[in-house]
Amino acid sequence: MAQIFHHSTNTIARVSIYGAVILIGILGYAANVVNQTSYVTEVHNALPQPVPFSHKHHVAELGLDCRYCHTSVEVSSSAGMPPTQTCMTCHSQIWTNAQILEPVRASYRDSTPISWTRVNALPDFVYFNHSIHIAKGVGCTTCHGPVGEMNITWRENTLYMRWCLDCHMAPQKYLRPKSEVFNAFYKAPSDQETLGNQLMIDYKVKKLTDCTTCHR
Amino acid sequence: MDSDRNSAAQPDVDISVLRESASAGGSPRHWRGLDELADTPEFQNFKENEFPHGATDTESKLDRRELMKVMAASAAFAGLTGCTKLPTEKIVPYVKQPEQIVPGKALFYASAVTLSGVATGVLVESHMARPTKIEGNPDHPGSLGASDAFSQASVLGLYDPDRSQAEIHDGRIGSWAEFQQELSSALGQEKGSGGGGVRLLTGTVTSPTLGDQIGTFLKAYPSAKWVQYESVTRDNIREGAKLAFGEYANPVYHLDQAEVIVALDSDLLTSGPGSLRYAREFARKRRVEDTGSKMNRLYSVESTPTATGGMADHRLRLKASEVEGFARLLAREIGLSAVMAPAASPVIPSSWIPALVRDLKKYPGATLIVAGDQQPAIVHALAHAMNQALGNFGKTVHFTAPLEVAADNQWSNIGQLAADIRAGSVTTLLIVGSNPVYDAPADLDFKTIIPKVAFSARLGLYEDETSALCHWHVPAAHELESWGDARGYDGTVSVIQPLIAPLYGGKSELDFLAVLNGQAKSSHDIVQGYWQAQRTSVPRFDAFWEKTLRDGVVADSALPVKQLMVKAGIGSDAPAATAQGLEIVFRPDRTIYDGRFANNGWLQELPKPLTLLTWDSVAMVSPKTSERLGVKSETAVELKYMGRTIVAPVWVMPGHADESVTVFLGYGRTKAGRVGTSAGFDAGWIRPLATPWIGAGLEVNKTGDKWALASTQTQSTMEGREPIRIATLDQYQKEPTFAQTDAQTNPLSLYPEVKYEGNAWGMAVDLNACTGCGGCVVACQAENNISVVGKKEVRIGRHMHWIRIDRYYEGGVDDPGTYHEPVMCQHCEDAPCEVVCPVAATVHSDEGLNEMIYNRCVGTRYCSNNCPYKVRRFNFYLYSDWDTPSLFGMRNPNVSVRSRGVMEKCSYCVQRINAVKIDAEKQDRPIKDGEIVTACQQSCPSEAIVFGNINDPDSAVSKLKAKNRNYKLLEELNTRPRTSYLAKLRNPNPEIEKAAVV
Repeated sequence: MAQIFHHSTNTIARVSIYGAVILIGILGYAANVVNQTSYVTEVHNALPQPVPFSHKHHVAELGLDCRYCHTSVEVSSSAGMPPTQTCMTCHSQIWTNAQILEPVRASYRDSTPISWTRVNALPDFVYFNHSIHIAKGVGCTTCHGPVGEMNITWRENTLYMRWCLDCHMAPQKYLRPKSEVFNAFYKAPSDQETLGNQLMIDYKVKKLTDCTTCHR
Repeated sequence: MDSDRNSAAQPDVDISVLRESASAGGSPRHWRGLDELADTPEFQNFKENEFPHGATDTESKLDRRELMKVMAASAAFAGLTGCTKLPTEKIVPYVKQPEQIVPGKALFYASAVTLSGVATGVLVESHMARPTKIEGNPDHPGSLGASDAFSQASVLGLYDPDRSQAEIHDGRIGSWAEFQQELSSALGQEKGSGGGGVRLLTGTVTSPTLGDQIGTFLKAYPSAKWVQYESVTRDNIREGAKLAFGEYANPVYHLDQAEVIVALDSDLLTSGPGSLRYAREFARKRRVEDTGSKMNRLYSVESTPTATGGMADHRLRLKASEVEGFARLLAREIGLSAVMAPAASPVIPSSWIPALVRDLKKYPGATLIVAGDQQPAIVHALAHAMNQALGNFGKTVHFTAPLEVAADNQWSNIGQLAADIRAGSVTTLLIVGSNPVYDAPADLDFKTIIPKVAFSARLGLYEDETSALCHWHVPAAHELESWGDARGYDGTVSVIQPLIAPLYGGKSELDFLAVLNGQAKSSHDIVQGYWQAQRTSVPRFDAFWEKTLRDGVVADSALPVKQLMVKAGIGSDAPAATAQGLEIVFRPDRTIYDGRFANNGWLQELPKPLTLLTWDSVAMVSPKTSERLGVKSETAVELKYMGRTIVAPVWVMPGHADESVTVFLGYGRTKAGRVGTSAGFDAGWIRPLATPWIGAGLEVNKTGDKWALASTQTQSTMEGREPIRIATLDQYQKEPTFAQTDAQTNPLSLYPEVKYEGNAWGMAVDLNACTGCGGCVVACQAENNISVVGKKEVRIGRHMHWIRIDRYYEGGVDDPGTYHEPVMCQHCEDAPCEVVCPVAATVHSDEGLNEMIYNRCVGTRYCSNNCPYKVRRFNFYLYSDWDTPSLFGMRNPNVSVRSRGVMEKCSYCVQRINAVKIDAEKQDRPIKDGEIVTACQQSCPSEAIVFGNINDPDSAVSKLKAKNRNYKLLEELNTRPRTSYLAKLRNPNPEIEKAAVV
């Protein structure tokens, strides 16, 4: 019986099979690379806001404490976003005519809230609690980055699960004394491991990696 | 009617064979339903396949080729899902943040929810001003911290997207201002006659403020008439008191003082005002700590099996119409010799009444006889007379003035109203809340007479049967949106406060009355003003008012005890002759009541206690009567009573009285909403004014059709294996470890031993306390965002409840013992589900929780297949409603809303555990025992469920687990569950028990 397929068919078959495998590999690798870019992760992207609020100015230059605006960070899961009223405690007195503050004044005048763009976002199936992290010696800047240097706020970390687990599996790498938690300019000491291990004992910090710690 | 009612396989159950096999001991000792006893193919199917074969692809039209394509495409896209980018979100803070609101922290407000006017105190959980969950108010005497299914489900009622959203004027959208105008002109025309043509129709009113407002209205229109009407009326209780004392009175029971209780066709433990408290007091008197403990004893005489009858140590099956005869015989035996014996004595085992009376007389002043709401006035009067004779007045029962502002005979009044409308003497009909077109006695025919009224207006939550026929419909505000007040079971007043502004612009009852009275006051000012006038002696009213709102009860508002004496000669006139023929008994439905909850999916899907039916009502008959009539469960029959007929499905109910048929009100609604419309049949259609509850002369004819029903009773079975363990108190005292098996001493395991340090969560369920009321099921549903699946899905075993209440029968098919067992995830230490999951979506925590991680789950269902307790639930479709905006607000923000294709199950309320853990950690202290309360535990009226740390030997749960009644489900499988059960004990009267054996 005559051959149905020509000899070259073998080559074509080999090339297409290996080619497909390689192509899938390349695509997978590319997807992974894309996934790390700030296009996807939003890391270091300063997002446009209705008011160009500068943490650098308020924190570094004026020395406001984080908790002046984010009032519930020590008591609740949510750190809290300041109501317009908080802005107006100062801005009814200073910069009362500044054009960039018009949306704030308008909000106060018309009782319409300001709609900020969320910078540090977690998916809805993650139940993160600010207050317990504060209570255990995790500084604001540990996750939120150098907020004191941000003119427009950006996301410093991916907030991916592997990033969370990096600390949850080895908290000693990041813990700081409770007195330094709200210090936006805190520098970790060279012997962070020693300090961290001591703080883990002092603050009774456990390595929580149960799924229901965050997901439920 | 249901489209699939002809498609169901009819379980082929031959009752006479079952009766023989049960008496010969050839069947399981504890059985769930007749299907199991008969081991029908249907039951086999459910036993062998949790989710029966062929049910998986009911909606799928894919052929094989199509399936391959879809699979290939989804495999290709699977890798891309990791690349999804989170959508950009907005944060919208307040302009001025209200005091006390902390984002992420729930606030609790004290309020009340009412059923037929009677209040139960509640605490409402509010997240950022969204009410999400109801808990009982521990300071309210009628709640004591517990809550029932109705109050739990009122949250869903609030957010119901089918609620009416606009004023409707003759079918077109109107406005509130326009309505006010038309109303005042209508009332203006009545002014001359003093309101002679005005009728105000409301439900039962116990609210002092609303009563005061109605009083003001009636003063302005002295000839107007106010009619209160409830389909589930308590007329018999009122008339019974009038018969006994010559005046209306409200009985209040003290079950904590009662050693022997006789329930005459009464379901006092799970329905009616005060039932939450009664269940708690009852359960406490039955708490068995050790072999030296005593138990109270409950006798129940009833036709329709109720949860109270299921709790009884002795249950006597009698037709509802024979209960009066029983009461008369009992009264005579107690010593009320003036009582006439019934002409034809009901069939009662000869030893029963004498033994019961000896038992009653053993505890003078510590016994209680309670008549059921559906029993005629004479039975209530006899119960009062017997209680007085037994010295119970002031001890186990006391009386107060009626809870109602104006107690009256509601059924005779609604009859009068219909007659007035027919006579043309009613020109203005104002209906506040009631739905007479659906639920008034059928022979009054409100459907044809309401259009005869010149001006009719109705305030209602839904644009329903009655609204459709009135000139005006005004959307009502839900109780969680209104100001008001109402009395609890003992008269204690709760102030009802709104949790949220009316979602759909509804008006409260007080708003409506304010318009009638021409007041320009808000309902808040009316309630506050009323109490200010009532409490003039209070030094600082502001402080009093704040305390009242915070506590949820008005201090010292319980109605004072009335000293009453039963009139001589109760029952001395000849008893009414019992009507001949098949008896019909009307009952409120156990989950949707009189139909007002018909559009509530949680209540529709809550398996009704005892039948475990969902989404339907039935005509209940005893096995013997079903044989005589030649009908089986799911047979469609035509019920003919007083010239009216209705088609209903039969349900063969073990324990039901023979020659009696029970039908349930509340179904067959024609305009209830997308959930409730056309579910079930309307028993009210054959319910005439003359016989609200019990009648005779019913005809039953087979239609030849079948009516498919969705009952969960044979689903999720654990195949015998003694899941429930029962003994009498006597047996327990002789053999205290009867509940334990050898398996407990056999710790051999292939699994490595895990040591739990710190907290180890566990649960104990006292089967001696569980009444099977179902409150925990709805509490769990609300807390954990559990979705509703619908009748069709329930029928194929896909209900989603994380906690189910199994009901077991013991003994013969005609009159078995009834037992309840709540089953939720057992949190096995060596969990069979975990080892079979290919993606580690269910794993163990350091504190012994069996965790379910939705994001990892790929939906193999291996875990569910391997779970011996059948407690895992799978989202076959997108059961959660992701599209209806009004439902978003209802959800608990601390629990994920699940999507299609994932498994879910009880988490021991891990969100509550975490919240308490975080609080304790922040304060650097250990978690206190009792600080973490699961949702089911919190709602339970009889304190059957206890949760806590089993590593702490002093915790309540450890102490329970140390008791000798403690056992674990399917212990022989060595799964080492963290949930354990305390065996059920009965306390039968040895005199009767012996007689029964002989």
